[in-house]
Amino acid sequence: MANIMIRRDSKGSYQFYLPKRDLEDTIVSMEFDTPEKWGGEIKLNNGGAYYIEPQVAPARLPYSVRAKRLDAAE
Amino acid sequence: MSALTREETQALIQEVLEVYPEKARKDREKHLAVNDQSIEQSKKCITSNRKSLPGVMTIRGCAYAGSKGVVWGPIKDMIHISHGPVGCGQYSRAGRRNYYVGTTGVNAFGTMNFTSDFQEKDIVFGGDKKLAKLIGEIEQLFPLHKGISVQSECPIGLIGDDIEAVSKKTAKEIGKPVIPVRCEGFRGVSQSLGHHIANDAIRDWVLGNRDEKAFESTPYDVTIIGDYNIGGDAWATRTILEDMGLRVIAQWSGDGTLAEMENTPKAKLNLLHCYRSMNYISRHMEEKYGIPYMEYNFFGPTKIEASIREIASFFDDSIKAKAEAVIAKYKPMMQAVIDKYKPRLEGKRVMLYVGGLRPRHVIGAYEDLGMEVVGTGYEFGHNDDYDRTIKEMGNATLLYDDVTGLEFEEFVKRVKPDLVGSGIKEKFIFQKMGIPFRQMHSWDYSGPYHSYDGFAIFARDMDMTLNNPCWSKLTAPWLKEEQVAEKAAA
Ligand code: SF4
Repeated sequence: MANIMIRRDSKGSYQFYLPKRDLEDTIVSMEFDTPEKWGGEIKLNNGGAYYIEPQVAPARLPYSVRAKRLDAAE
Repeated sequence: MSALTREETQALIQEVLEVYPEKARKDREKHLAVNDQSIEQSKKCITSNRKSLPGVMTIRGCAYAGSKGVVWGPIKDMIHISHGPVGCGQYSRAGRRNYYVGTTGVNAFGTMNFTSDFQEKDIVFGGDKKLAKLIGEIEQLFPLHKGISVQSECPIGLIGDDIEAVSKKTAKEIGKPVIPVRCEGFRGVSQSLGHHIANDAIRDWVLGNRDEKAFESTPYDVTIIGDYNIGGDAWATRTILEDMGLRVIAQWSGDGTLAEMENTPKAKLNLLHCYRSMNYISRHMEEKYGIPYMEYNFFGPTKIEASIREIASFFDDSIKAKAEAVIAKYKPMMQAVIDKYKPRLEGKRVMLYVGGLRPRHVIGAYEDLGMEVVGTGYEFGHNDDYDRTIKEMGNATLLYDDVTGLEFEEFVKRVKPDLVGSGIKEKFIFQKMGIPFRQMHSWDYSGPYHSYDGFAIFARDMDMTLNNPCWSKLTAPWLKEEQVAEKAAA
C-alpha cells in the first residue's frame, strides 16, 4: 500500500502522483468514475496499474488516498 | 557545420559509448537519446533519476546541496546551520548568487556560513549538545534572526543524532522556530531528493504556522515559487506581476523571508517557476488549501507573453486588460533588443547542460534570438521533466541525462556548437577547447535573465561571449602559419 495523490491537470485528465518515488503520470483509465462510486483499478500511461478501494468520489481534487500496486511499470 | 541527421546522432551516441566496459555501456545507453517529437512519453527513450555510475565523472550534487543550497539557503532572515563538518557549507557558501536586501549579519544572513564544525569527538559522542549550545550562541549573537534551520550533513544520519528533539527543545527556549531537516548527502541519487526533503520540512514545520492568524488579503494575491533570485531574477519577475495588477505576497525562496513562507497559504495562485525543486510544496498547498498552481516560463519574450496571458486567465478582466497593456508596453523594447542582437547571433547553435528548469525553459529565449538549441540535458531531472522537454526540442537533437564528463566533451567535439551553457565545473574545459561558454547556473556573475528586463541582459551576454574577439586568437601565430601552409600543400 502506498499513498498516492490524484489531481486534474490543465487538460482535464486525472494525474497520478506517488510522492515516495516522485513518480508522476497520467491516468489513462479508472475503473469507476461516477460521483457515487469512484476508484477501483487505475491504469497509468507508463503501463503501471494501481487499485483504489472503490468509494464516493472526493469532493475536491487533488485528493490523497491509499492505493495498492497491482503492476509496476519498471 | 550543418545539423546532424537522426542516424548520425545515433551513431555519435554509439561511438561515444564504445569506450565504456560493457556493463557501464548498457547503463549509460539508457540515459542518452536522440529527440523525437512524436514520442509522448520520455520513458520510452530516456531513463532519468537513477544512481550515477561509479567511476564516471558526474556533475551532480547531494541532497544537502539541494536543501541547504537551493531551497532553504536563500531564505534571508533565517539562519541555516550546516550541521556536521565544516566543508560542506564553507565550500558552497554564497556560490549561488541569491541576491537579497538586508544587512548581512544583522537581519539577513544569506551569504554567511554557520556550521557546527564537527570534530572526531562529536562523531564519537554525538553532536546534540554542541547543536543546542550553537543555537544558544546564535540567539545571543544574532538576536534579529527569525528562525533557524538545521541542515544535516552526512555524518548526522550515520551517527544517529536526534536533531528533532534538540530542535523542539531549543525552539521553546529561544521562542523562534527551529526546523530540523534530514537532508544528509547520501540520501537519494542527486540534489533532487534534497529538494523534496526540504519541501517536506517546510510543509511540516512552517506552512501551517499562521493558519489561524488573520491576513488582509486581496483577490489578486499571488506568490512566486521556485525562483531563487539569481542575479535578481525574482525582482525582475515581480515587476511584471505587479504591473499586471497582482500583489506578490511571497517569494520562494530568493530574497524570501520566513513570514512570507508562512503567509503563502493565503495566496490565490501559486506561480511556479522551477517545477523540479518546488512542485512538492505546490501540490501540497493545492490539496490542503485549494490554491491552484501554474508553471510559467519567464525566459524570452515569446514565452513571457504566453505565460503572462495564462497567468491573467486565472483572474478577472481588469487583470487581463492590464496584462495586455504590459505586453504592449514591452513589445517595442523587446523588438529593439532582438533587432540589435539577432543579426549577430542568428543561426548559432547552443548545447546546454544544466539543472532544474533551465534545460527546457531557456530554449525559447535562444529561439527568440534566432539561435538553435541542439543538445540539452538535466543533472537531476525526472521523467516528467523530459516529457516536457521533448516538445521544446527540435527533432534529432541530443538529449543526455546526468551526462558524464567524457560524454559531454565528446558530444561537443563532434556537434561543434557555437556556444555551450553549463556550470562552473564545465566552463574551463570548453573554453580551453576554444568554445564560447556561458554559465547557466549563476548567469556568469551577470543577470537577471528572467523576465523582460532579464532578456535584454541575456541577449547582450550571449553576444558578448559568442562574438568576443578572443576566440580567433586561440591558436598561436606560428601554429597558424603552419596550418595555412598545410592547407596550401594539400
Ligand atoms: S555528500 Fe555529505 S559530506 Fe558531501 S557535501 Fe553532501 S552532505 Fe557534505
